[in-house]
Amino acid sequence: MKKILIVDDEPNIVMALEYTLKKNDFQVFIARDGEEAIQMAQDKLPDVVVLDIMMPKVDGFEVLTQIKQNENLAHTKVIFLSAKNKASDIQKGMDKGADDYLTKPFSMKKILKTIEEQIRSSK
Amino acid sequence: MSNWFILGIILLYLGFLFLIAFLAERNKQSKWVNSPYVYALSLAVYCSAWTYYGSVGVAARSGVEFLAIYLGPVIAAPLWIIVLRKIIQLSKLHNVSSIADFISLRYGNNRSIGALVTIICAISIIPYISLQLKAISETFQIITSAEANPVEGFVFSDTTFYIAITLAIFASFFGTLSLDASKRRKGIMFSIAFESVLKLTFFLIVGIYVIFFVFDGTQDVYNQANEKINLSSLSSVGGISGGLNWYFTIVLSFLAIFLLPRQFQVSVVEFSDRSQLKKAIWVFPLYLFLFNVFVIFIAWGGIVKLGTQDFNPDYFSLLIPLENGHNWLAVLVFLGGFSAVISMVVVSTLALSTMLSNNLIIPYGFLKKFTKNESVKNEKYIKVIRRASIFSLILLAYILYSFFDQNVSLFAIGLISFLIIAQLVPSFFLGMYWNRGSSLGAKVGMISGLLVCFYTYVLPFFATVVYNNPSIQMNGPWGIEALRPYQLLGLDVLNPTTHALFWSLLVNFFMYAAFSVSFKGNYRERNYGEMFVNSEQVVAMKETAFVWKGEAYVADIQQLLIRFIGSARAEKALLIFRRRYQVNPEEKLADARFINFAERLLTGAVGSASAKILIGSVAKEKPVSLVEVLQILEENKETISSNKSLEAQSRKLMLLTNKLQQANEELQLQDQLKDDFLDTVAHELKTPVTSIQASSEVLSDGEDMPFALRKQFIENILNDTERLSILINDILDLEKLASGRAQLDLQKHDLVQTAKKAIQGVQHLADKRQVLLQFETDSISIMADYDHHKMMQVLTNLLSNSLKFVEERVGEIKLSLSSNKKQIFYQVIDNGKGISEEDLPHIFKKFYQSKNQNLKKQKGSGFGLAICKQIVELHSGSISAQANRTKGACIQVEFPKNTAS
Repeated sequence: MKKILIVDDEPNIVMALEYTLKKNDFQVFIARDGEEAIQMAQDKLPDVVVLDIMMPKVDGFEVLTQIKQNENLAHTKVIFLSAKNKASDIQKGMDKGADDYLTKPFSMKKILKTIEEQIRSSK
Repeated sequence: MSNWFILGIILLYLGFLFLIAFLAERNKQSKWVNSPYVYALSLAVYCSAWTYYGSVGVAARSGVEFLAIYLGPVIAAPLWIIVLRKIIQLSKLHNVSSIADFISLRYGNNRSIGALVTIICAISIIPYISLQLKAISETFQIITSAEANPVEGFVFSDTTFYIAITLAIFASFFGTLSLDASKRRKGIMFSIAFESVLKLTFFLIVGIYVIFFVFDGTQDVYNQANEKINLSSLSSVGGISGGLNWYFTIVLSFLAIFLLPRQFQVSVVEFSDRSQLKKAIWVFPLYLFLFNVFVIFIAWGGIVKLGTQDFNPDYFSLLIPLENGHNWLAVLVFLGGFSAVISMVVVSTLALSTMLSNNLIIPYGFLKKFTKNESVKNEKYIKVIRRASIFSLILLAYILYSFFDQNVSLFAIGLISFLIIAQLVPSFFLGMYWNRGSSLGAKVGMISGLLVCFYTYVLPFFATVVYNNPSIQMNGPWGIEALRPYQLLGLDVLNPTTHALFWSLLVNFFMYAAFSVSFKGNYRERNYGEMFVNSEQVVAMKETAFVWKGEAYVADIQQLLIRFIGSARAEKALLIFRRRYQVNPEEKLADARFINFAERLLTGAVGSASAKILIGSVAKEKPVSLVEVLQILEENKETISSNKSLEAQSRKLMLLTNKLQQANEELQLQDQLKDDFLDTVAHELKTPVTSIQASSEVLSDGEDMPFALRKQFIENILNDTERLSILINDILDLEKLASGRAQLDLQKHDLVQTAKKAIQGVQHLADKRQVLLQFETDSISIMADYDHHKMMQVLTNLLSNSLKFVEERVGEIKLSLSSNKKQIFYQVIDNGKGISEEDLPHIFKKFYQSKNQNLKKQKGSGFGLAICKQIVELHSGSISAQANRTKGACIQVEFPKNTAS
């Protein structure tokens, strides 16, 4: 079972994501802020991280940087999921090394498709 | 002590001084050499051997009279600085190098006035230098216990002669390093400052020694002296006549501080920047004060221990330690006195030699020769003239010294010097403040004053003291009593010195004024008169203050400059001039500004009178009428002032541009903030929308979803919808308030009731979090005009904000109200996490979000405070967060009871 780490501080969004992913046979972990996300990524070595950008304590860009620096997480794919939808924001996210960038509001189908793509590409 | 021992010490000391001067000259830029203290201390060259030894003598003979000489400068220090500043300003502007130059320049570069002033200075100073030599020779005898008269026999066996020659070498070597006499001589000045410290230190040491080692403190000195002599006569001024004498002596010494050539040299020529004056104004008076603290005690001590019969009271400071067998101390005292002599002799001869060369010898003899020579040769000649002057002056003083009577006191000769130099007073001081003063008036005034001086002081002095013939003094010439030199026209309340001062200055002033008024000077004098009197403006006008008409060629003048100041300096000066006035280098004819500019350059090298003559030799000058002078000066002043107003205009324009730029930047910032605000708004809106969309999608796909979970998702959707609608309302509110479209429903309400309602509104939430809500008011009801609904919103916002930031169970929030006649105050205080210093200035800003846009702020802190601020301001009130709180936050609101007012 592939491991997915969801990082977002909005519980309602997290809940919907969690339900959908579990239903599709993923093992799901949840972090509510950047700090927790970095810790969780280290501990659980997820295959995909779904990452919000605006969060308390540590922002998504920093989390991404930390993940990229960690050799144990070389296989981990990072997908940004953010309300920031300006071209410059997306550019910035991709430049930092994200594997994909989805904007909120989003459709569950799109998320699932993107996650599966990423998992396939890592094989 | 043996001759050789003392001579050895003298030689060592002189060598040391040479070294100091040499090192200072080599390290011209060092902080030590340029310290303003060096300037302030070099002013103490005023304290010559006359001070060092003579004042003790006067104190022993006639009591506190000596103080007057030092009180003058101390009392007048503030006035001294004001006048000195003007003198310095003018001197620096015109490259003046001596007082003779200064006065001659004032009267239109007048050659004969320069010469006259030089002669007066020489007459005054040469005996003064002799006096210093006398002091050296006598103290040398005392300390080596030689009985013989120093001038007995051959000149070359006299130590004083060699010392005099050494001083001449010192002065001529370090004093003529630069051709430009108006240039500063840092080496000499540094050694002078050093000597000032030395002489004061040694004098203080001997003072303390006399009071505390020879006697048991000041009281003991007084008591013992009191037994021996009648002290009250020595410690009081003594009636009206004494008071007048005192008064005149103070005036005299005040004038001397400007006029003595050595003082002019150190205070004006060696001046370099304003910080020096700031130091001098207190250091110099303090120095004089310290110097005089112990004088009276040394004098009394001498009277008690030695008596005035067998010993010369002038040398008590030296004799007391010697008599007590403390030879080492005597040597120190001797060195202190020696320092006083050296500094006085060196600076005086330096100043006098400049005067002699630039105001007497060059303008009256060598000028023609110079105009034909090359610059290198000229420089050599001028330096040789100055060096020769230094040597001749010292030799002359030495010769005069060898004729001195042993019984003539130091003090008496010193006063003659002051008296003669005081004859410069009218032409010097009035010249600076009265534009009508003319050269003829100055000349007649000085000469007649000098004659009166000779008649009322020098003549009887020599007749009595030197030739032992007191008949003229007692009975007057030809037995006419009214002409008695010491009591002219029956004026008998003054002592001889002040008597002479009174009459000579009276005549001098009178003649100066009378001749100035009766005979107008030529246009050049008037020109300089105006320049000196209006020195402040002249400094701004520079060369344009000079009026000149005629024909002259730049090339000729350039040639002249090259000859006297060398081609390198001339080139540089020309460049500066052309740049300052934006003169075309091709311009062949010289204008008034250039003439004046060149004259100034030459003044530094050859003196003002010679400079004028030199320029005159290559320029055809046309006479200008007085009216024209004044007209041109007025015009130039106007140009200057219109230039100034132009400058002011452009400064204003600059300021406006800056303001515009600032406003633009502010606008850009606002724009940026607005963008950021919209971003934030969009983000805030998207979050619930995302949640609603995601939850709906899950629900629509999840037919097999358990009921409880389904219900949870539906609740989530409901919550997010509500959140969305609150958010939209807030944004609309804020937009409405900020754009000024919101209308206040102003009515009379009771704020106490409103506050209670607001508290009720949040009470439920507070209870849930177990937070303590307190309410405080200073009266039962506070009536005011406000919009009840909006004020509720403010209160609720503030309270819920606090609720968010305090911790569960320990949180405390207090709302307190108070009011006076016109204003209402309320504040919400909590013990929550507080407001960071960084955020404090921004929390009420409409579009402000925390700096790092990717970091989410505490939930709900969206627009609440910005809305509060808008509402309070609509009520003509203000809202602020209290700074510097160690714990929790405190938001204060105040607004007027009657908003309309």
